[in-house]
Parts: sequence; structure tokens; C-alpha cells
Amino acid sequence: MIPSIFAYFAPTSVAEAIGLLTQYGDEAKVLAGGHSLLPAMKLRLAAPGVLIDINKIAELRGVVINGQINIGALTTWHTIEHHVGLKGVCGVLPEAVAQIGDIQVRNRGTLGGALAHADPSADATAVVLALDAQIRTHGPNGERTIAASDFFTDMLSTALEPSELITAVICHKLGAGEGAAYVKFPHPASRYAIVGAAAYVKLSDGKISTCRVAVTGAGPVPTRQGDTEQAMLGSDGSAEAVAKAAKVSGATMDILGDIHASEDYRRAMVKVYTKRALTTAIARARG
Amino acid sequence: MTTISVTVNGKQYTHDVEPRTLLVHFLREQLNLTGTHIGCDTSQCGACVVHINGVSVKSCTTLAVQADGAQVTTIEGLADGATLHPLQEGFWEKHGLQCGYCTPGMIMAAADLLKNNPNPSDDEIRHGLEGNLCRCTGYENIVKAVRYAADKMSAASVS
Ligand SMILES: Cc1cc2nc3c(=O)[nH]c(=O)nc-3n(C[C@H](O)[C@H](O)[C@H](O)COP(=O)(O)OP(=O)(O)OC[C@H]3O[C@@H](n4cnc5c(N)ncnc54)[C@H](O)[C@@H]3O)c2cc1C
Ligand code: FES
Ligand code: FES
Repeated sequence: MIPSIFAYFAPTSVAEAIGLLTQYGDEAKVLAGGHSLLPAMKLRLAAPGVLIDINKIAELRGVVINGQINIGALTTWHTIEHHVGLKGVCGVLPEAVAQIGDIQVRNRGTLGGALAHADPSADATAVVLALDAQIRTHGPNGERTIAASDFFTDMLSTALEPSELITAVICHKLGAGEGAAYVKFPHPASRYAIVGAAAYVKLSDGKISTCRVAVTGAGPVPTRQGDTEQAMLGSDGSAEAVAKAAKVSGATMDILGDIHASEDYRRAMVKVYTKRALTTAIARARG
Repeated sequence: MTTISVTVNGKQYTHDVEPRTLLVHFLREQLNLTGTHIGCDTSQCGACVVHINGVSVKSCTTLAVQADGAQVTTIEGLADGATLHPLQEGFWEKHGLQCGYCTPGMIMAAADLLKNNPNPSDDEIRHGLEGNLCRCTGYENIVKAVRYAADKMSAASVS
């Protein structure tokens, strides 16, 4: 299928892109990797009158690691997956990204595009929640930083304003006593998450002092699991403690059923994958 | 209409395209390079895989305007004159195809896989071809064909 007609612009700076977004308003859509937007346009589920291709904006691409980690919105899955520096300071990102789709999807798809699209089965959404990442945006009124926990508002909806661009994602480097993991049950054809779980833990004196768990794929919105996190705090991270905490994962979130997996099945898998993610994150934190 | 200049299999083309033209339609319908196939509407089958600047992409999920200024390689550009590429030879020798519909995409995806991982395990070959669907072969002989090419290419680079 062929997309419906649109006008095409390829700005070379963030300011120029925002100018175009402001000028064309609701008619315009940003094109990043195109691996969510173009399939939707081919099926005519989306029919923007104006397409603003941001791929020529070099400043949006690449990973910078100094005091913290700054990943440009246009950085592809491929770059993140194979980034040697990232493997050392935040291995959960390459780990999660390597599980996305297939090589060709990872060659094109971008971190900023996935977060802006907020597909309920996307992988990176859960990871940025578990890492407590900050999402940098740029719009007509200047720059903003939005916490990942405030970013995903509803199914396919985010806190992003219509004329705003995501410019980067910022997360902190994981050090001694910290560990994170992402595990997923992939759909066999698309590899999208039927259920995915990301976990982050920090150990202080052998006890869990910080814990964040996020679940994707199971419901309309990627969701932090507050009850599970609370149950882990202060525990020694033993298998019993993890099993107990995982039991309440998903209890208070909306869970959807579809042709791929029923609601009950997803509810059960949320617990299983939460347990696996926590177990691996704790093992990594122990070093 | 937008004018684009693309080098395809070493030859430069300058053409007018509508911005909504998908790269696969540009290759097949404007350049008559029909080796690149279309097997789905959902970006899942991989029949359309080509290389843009050496990187494998699904040409059904890329706009032709996005290839402006780029080097594109399709299945037609893989052989060296009359000498088949080791992957083409592997698919021939190991019967890596039946109807052949998926084959151009399989080979282009496998070429990218071998570039990044010249000696993959059978598991890595299967994992690396996740984006390519074949409804005929059961994949077994496709894995053998890629293995054949990997062995031949690494033998060639040693000698
Ligand atoms: C076959 C297939 C399998 C896939 N499997 C998976 C999978 O297993 N897991 C997974 O997580 N994803 C999967 N994906 C989705 C893929 O990762 C997409 O690439 C990703 O979700 C969107 O990123 P993109 O760069 O392609 O965005 P685009 O498609 O270009 O854009 C998506 C949306 O975000 C907006 N947008 C893009 N960039 C910005 C920005 N910087 N600022 C503001 N708005 C922006 C666009 O306007 C559009 O609305 C799959 C896709 C395909 C085709
Ligand atoms: S035609 Fe099926 S992935 Fe491109
Ligand atoms: S050989 Fe027929 S689809 Fe693969």
C-alpha cells in the first residue's frame, strides 16, 4: 500500500524543525526511523499532510557518556545495541534494544521515535521508566525536561506538546551495588513485547535501598509497579523476597487481552517476567 | 515532485519522485529492478531488503526521497559479473529456496549479517534472519546456505 499524499520537508536544525511544526500544526508529523509511522501511513491509519523528516539534524544523533548518559533522540537501536561504552555503564539499554524486532528494524528505528510513539508493546518505554530517565524536549517555548514517570499518559499518548521534539534521553550511569535488567516474551512474528519487564535495584549494606520495576506489553500504557517496588525495599533480595514482590506485579494496572494473549495469561506473565527481571537485576547489583 | 539522485548498484540515477513513493516502488517501477520483492503490508516479511550505504533496510518502509544522495545495493548488484556472490552460490548449492520469493531479501539481510558477524553460529543465523519470512523452505536449508557462504568467505579472506 502507498501512503496518501503529503508535503515533505527535511530540516537540518532543531530550530528549523520546530518552525515547521509550529507553522503546520496538527497537519504535520515528524519522521524519524519511520518504522512505526510509515507502516501506519501505508495502511492509511495515519495520513499527515506534512512530513518533517528530522534525519538530517546531526545534533540529534549519537551517544555521549560523561557524568551521565545522553542519548540523542535520533540514535538508532543498532547504535545503542553495539555501543561499547554503554555496555559498561548501562548494559540494560543494549540488552533491551537487541531484543527489538529484527536487524532491519534496529537499523532504522530510533529511541526518540519509540518514546514519542509510546506503542503499548514497545520495549524501550519500560526501560526508561525503570532507569528513571529524563526526556529532553524542545518546542516553540524552549526546552523542557520531562521525567519518564510523567511522560507516558495514555495508550499511544505522551506529555509531548504537538509542536515539541524529543531531543535526547538522559540517564545515569550504573555503578557498584546497582543492577538492571530487561526481559520479554516476544510476539513470534513482530518481536514486539507480549509482556516485557524492566527492573532496577540498588543495594546498600546488602539490602535493597532503591527499586524500580516497569511493565510493558501487558496494558495500554507502560506502567511502574509501585507495590512490587515497595515490597522489595529493605529486603535482602532473596529468591523468597523476589517471589513475594513479583506476586503483586500488575495487580493495580489495566491489563488488555487480544488475539495474541488473553488478559488472564498476560496477568500471569507479568508476574513471571517481573520475577525474572528482578532476579537478574539483583544478581548484577551483587556483582 | 522532488528530484532525487541515487546510485543504485554503482550506476547513478536522477529521477523525479512523489515524496510518498516508497523506495521499493522506486526501484521496481521507475528503475525496473524487480529483484526486490514486496511480500507484505506490515513491514514484517523482509522480501524487500536492500542496502542503503551498506546497511540493510526494508525498502518498503523507507521513502525514496530518504535515499537521495545514497548508495543503494539490490540483489541485482550483488554478483561480480558472471561470478555469483558466495551467498547466491550457497542458496544454489544448499537448495536454500523453493519458490524464491523471499530469496532476494534473505540474501541481502544475510549479507549484512555476515558483514557484522563473519562466522555466526546456526543460532545467530536464525536470530539474524528474524526479519525475513519464508513460507516454503522451513528455513533449514537457508541456514545451511548462509553457513556455506560464511565458510567460503572466511576461507577466501584467510588465503
Ligand atoms: C516489523 C517491526 C517490528 C518491530 N518490533 C518492535 C519490538 O519488538 N519492540 C519495539 O519496541 N518496537 C518494535 N518496532 C517498532 C520500532 O522500534 C520503531 O522504530 C519505533 O517504535 C519508532 O521509532 P521510529 O524512529 O521508527 O519512529 P517513527 O516511526 O519515525 O515515528 C513514530 C512517531 O513518533 C514521532 N516522533 C519520532 N521522532 C520524534 C521526535 N524526536 N520527537 C517527537 N516526535 C517524534 C513521529 O511523529 C511518529 O508519530 C517494530 C517495528 C516493525 C516495523
Ligand atoms: S515487503 Fe514485507 S517487509 Fe517489506
Ligand atoms: S522460498 Fe518460497 S517464500 Fe521462501
